[in-house]
Amino acid sequence: MSRTWVTPGGVHPPENKHQSVTLPIGQLPIPEKLVIPLSQHIGAPATPCVEMGQQVLKGQVIAQAVGMVSIPMHAPSSGIISAIEHRPIAHSSGMLAPCIEITTDGADTWIEHQGISDYEHISPRKLLEMVGNAGISGMGGAGFPSAVKLNPGRQRPIDTLIVNATECEPYITADDSAIRERAGEIVEGIKILSAILDHPTNIMIGIEDNKPEAIAALAPHVEDSGISVVVFPTKYPSGGEKQLIYILTGKELPAGKLPADEGMVCINIGTTFAIKRAVIDGEPLISRVTTVTGDAVGTPRNYDTLIGTPVRHLLEHNQFDEQAGGRVVMGGPMMGFTLPSADVPIVKTTNCILAPSYAEIPDDEPAQPCIRCGMCAEACPVSLLPQQLFWYAQAEEHDRLEAHNLFDCIECGACSYVCPSNIPLVQYYRAAKGDIRQAREEKVKSDHARDRFEFHKERIEQAEREKEAKRAARREATQQAKADHLAATANGTATPAPASGSGTGTAAPSAAPSSSAADIIAAAQARAAAKQANPEDQRAKLERTIASAEQRLKMAEEKLAEAVNSDNGKQDKLSAAVENTRQKLEQSKSKLAELAE
Amino acid sequence: MAFKQVSSPHAHAAQNTSQVMKLVLLATIPGLAALTWQFGWGSFINVVLASVTAVVCEAAIVQMRGRSISFYLNDYSAVVTAVLLGLALPPLAPWWVVVVGTVFSIIVAKQLYGGLGYNPFNPAMVGYVVLLISFPIQMTTWVAPLALLPAGTAHPGLIESLQIVFAGYSPADGVTGATPLDVFKHSSGLLVDQVYDREPLFNQAMFAGAGWEWVNLGFLLGGIILLSQRIFTWHGPVGMLGALALMSILFWDSGSSSSPGSPLMHLFSGASMMGAFFILTDPVSSAVSNRGRLIFGALIGVLVYVIRAWGNYPDAVAFAVLLANFAAPFIDNYTLPRTYGHTDRRRATEKEED
Repeated sequence: MSRTWVTPGGVHPPENKHQSVTLPIGQLPIPEKLVIPLSQHIGAPATPCVEMGQQVLKGQVIAQAVGMVSIPMHAPSSGIISAIEHRPIAHSSGMLAPCIEITTDGADTWIEHQGISDYEHISPRKLLEMVGNAGISGMGGAGFPSAVKLNPGRQRPIDTLIVNATECEPYITADDSAIRERAGEIVEGIKILSAILDHPTNIMIGIEDNKPEAIAALAPHVEDSGISVVVFPTKYPSGGEKQLIYILTGKELPAGKLPADEGMVCINIGTTFAIKRAVIDGEPLISRVTTVTGDAVGTPRNYDTLIGTPVRHLLEHNQFDEQAGGRVVMGGPMMGFTLPSADVPIVKTTNCILAPSYAEIPDDEPAQPCIRCGMCAEACPVSLLPQQLFWYAQAEEHDRLEAHNLFDCIECGACSYVCPSNIPLVQYYRAAKGDIRQAREEKVKSDHARDRFEFHKERIEQAEREKEAKRAARREATQQAKADHLAATANGTATPAPASGSGTGTAAPSAAPSSSAADIIAAAQARAAAKQANPEDQRAKLERTIASAEQRLKMAEEKLAEAVNSDNGKQDKLSAAVENTRQKLEQSKSKLAELAE
Repeated sequence: MAFKQVSSPHAHAAQNTSQVMKLVLLATIPGLAALTWQFGWGSFINVVLASVTAVVCEAAIVQMRGRSISFYLNDYSAVVTAVLLGLALPPLAPWWVVVVGTVFSIIVAKQLYGGLGYNPFNPAMVGYVVLLISFPIQMTTWVAPLALLPAGTAHPGLIESLQIVFAGYSPADGVTGATPLDVFKHSSGLLVDQVYDREPLFNQAMFAGAGWEWVNLGFLLGGIILLSQRIFTWHGPVGMLGALALMSILFWDSGSSSSPGSPLMHLFSGASMMGAFFILTDPVSSAVSNRGRLIFGALIGVLVYVIRAWGNYPDAVAFAVLLANFAAPFIDNYTLPRTYGHTDRRRATEKEED
C-alpha cells in the first residue's frame, strides 16, 4: 500500500452511487439527430469541414482543429449533415454556440479506420498525433486537449503519471462502471500514456475506497506492470487535480503552476480508455460513459452514449418524470450545472445527467444572515476563509478578495454545502471573479488609452516646440536683416556691394529653416519610397489586410445568418456590410496577386 | 422541457442556523441545572424573563424594519443571547435589571448594528456590562450556594423567588453571600492556605469553591457536547482556558498572601467555563480563522486574569470579551490561513504576495 496524505477540509455528502451501478453499462438506440458542438474543450473551437446535405460516415472528421490548442470533431454515427448553426449547448449560462447537426441513417456505418497494436515501437510524437487526431480532450472536467497536455515540449521530464479515478462527486458512477467492465483496456491506455511520456517512474491510479469492485477489477491487470492502484478514504473533493496530487504525493502544486511544471501529468481514467481506443483500434472519441441518475428517472444506470446525443433522448428512454423534480443537472450535485432545456447535447466531458426529485434536492431555502460560524472554513479544501470572502464579495472589495486568495477557490461547493444559513457562497465567488476579471481588462484598456493620449499630447507639444523654434529663427533673421539694412543706409556711402551683402545676409539665416523643412520632406519621401521599394513589407502588409478582412467577412456573414434567422430589420444593412468587406478582400487579393507577378 | 436554473452546489447538508442555535440552547441545560441546584430558582427565572423580553424586542425591531418576523425569530439567536445573559446575571436580581439588560442587548447591541451577523460586540456581554456599571449593588449580590446556607434554611421556593424578583421582597438572612472570587479579592494579608481553612466557601468545596465548581463543571459538559457536535472548534476555548491556567500558574506565588488564587480556582470559578464555551465562541463577534480564534481566546484568558488579579472587579469575563471583540478585526488581519499552493500566509490587506 502506498502512503497517502490527507487534505484539509472536505465534506461527506450522501454518496448515492449504488442506484446507478445495479445494471451494466447500457446501449441506447441511435438518436434520430446528433448535435455536435464545435467547442467541447478548452481552446479554439473546431471549424466545420463538411457541407449541408453531405453524407458522413461514423468516425469521419466533420470539423478540424484550429491552431495548437484545439481538437477535431468526428461524426458519432453515419448520416447526413442537416444543420450547421447555433444551438443551445451544455453551458451554465444557457448560451447558444455553433454546432453541427447530423440526421442519422441508422446504419451506423464506420469509416475505414485502423489502429496499431505495437505502440511500443512507435515514436511518442506519432502516438501524440493519433491522440490529437482522435479528438480526445480531458473527460473528467475541464476538457483540456489531451495531446497538448501530453506534449513533450516542456521544461522538465515527467516522472509521475497520475490517473484520476477518484470520482468524488456523489451520484456519478461513469468511471466506476467503466473500470468494472473495461479495466483491461483502461490499463492498456495507461501503458500507451506511459510510452508517450517516456515511461515515468511513478504511475498511480488514485481511487476512493468506496469503489471496491473497480479496485478489484483493476488488480489483475496492473500486476507486474509498474502501475500502482492507490486507494484512499472517500471525501469530497478528493478528485480535484490539486487535491489528488497532494493526496498521492504529499506535494502541493504551487499557485499558478501546472502539474507538468512539477514533472507530473494528471489525467482522467475515462480519457485513458479513449486513448486506448484511438491508438489500438483507430477509433476517434465519439462516445463516452454517462450516468443517468436521480429519482426522477425510472432506472438509474450508465449508458455508452454517443457524443451529440440530446439529453432528451437519454431522459425519454429512461422514463423521466418531469413532474417529480425541478432541475436537470449536467454533472454531479456539487459542481454540476443546471440545463436550460433537454435539447442540450451530451459532450465529451458529460459524465452524468442528474434528474433529482424534489425529495432528493429540494428548492433552495431563503438565505439567513452569515453568522461567521466558520463551518465553511472547516470544509474548504484549499484553506480559504469563505466567510470573509463572502463578506468582501458582498461589499465588492476586490483588493481584499484578492488578498484572501479568491482566485485559488476551486468552486467545489463544499462551503455552500455545509453553510447552515443556506448562503449560495460559490455563486458570490463566481460573480466576484467575473467582476475582477472584467475590471482588470478594463484597466488594461484604460491604461492603453491613457498611454495613447499622453503620446498624442507629447507629439503635439513636440510639433508646437518645433514650430516655435522656426518662428523664433525667422524673427531673428528678419531683425538681423533690418539691422544690416539700417547699418548699410547709415553708412551712407552706398555701393552696389552692400545690396548683395544684405541679400546674402537675409538669405543665410532663412536658408537654415527652409533647408531643415526640406530635409523632413525628403526623409518622408525616402521612407515612402523605401516602403514602395520593399515588396516584402508590402506583401506582409497586404497579407495582414487580407487576413483581417477574411476574419471580418466571416464575422459579418455569421451576423447576417443570425439576422436572417431572427429578424429582417438589419438584414439589408448587414448584407451590404458583407458585400463591402468582400469587395475589399477582393481588392487586397488582386493587389497581392499583382505584387506576386 | 424547460428546467429550473440554479447554481451549484445543488446538495446541501441538513443542518441550518436554527438548529445550531437550538443545540447551543440545549447545551446550556447542564449549567442551568447546576445553577438552579446550587443557587435556587433565581437563574431559571432570569432565563425565562430574559427570553420573553428578547423575543418581544426582536419582534418589535424586525417589525419596524419591515422584515418577516417569523423568519427572523426562527433563527433563535435572540433567545440564545437572552439565555446567556440570564445565566450570567445574579439569581434573584430584580426583574427590571433583567429587562433593562436584555433590552440593551437585543436592541442596542444587536439590532441597531443591523441584526444577526452584523454586531461587532457580543450582545449578551454588552447588556451585562451596562448593568454592572449602572447597578453595581444589584449586580454583585449573589445568592449563597447550597452548602453555605445557615442550618435550617433553604433557598426560596419558586413562588417566593418570584415574589423576590417581581415584588421586591427581601430574601431571608444568609441567603445572599460572597463569591469565591470576591473572597480572594478581599482577603489580602492571609496566605492562600489560611483563606482555604477559614472560608466556608472553600472548606466546604471539593476543589474550587462551593457551588461554583458545579456550575463550571455543568458549562464544561455543555461545551464538550457542542465541541463534539462541531458547532465550534477547540481553538477559542482552549486559547482562553490555556492562557488563564498559564497566567494563574505564573502568578500563583506559591500561595503567599498576595497570591491571586490557585489555577483550579480560576478555571472553575465565576464565569470561566461559561465564558470559554458559550460567550467567546459567539462567532459573529470573534476572530474568524482558527489561529485567530486561538489568539482571540488567549487574549481573553490573559485579560480575565489581569482584571481579576489586579483590577477593580472580582470577575472579568464580560470586560475581557468586549475588549477582545475590539481586537478581533486586527487579529483577523494577521491570521489568514495559508492557502494551498502558497508558501506564505498573507495579510488581509496585501494584494501582492511577497
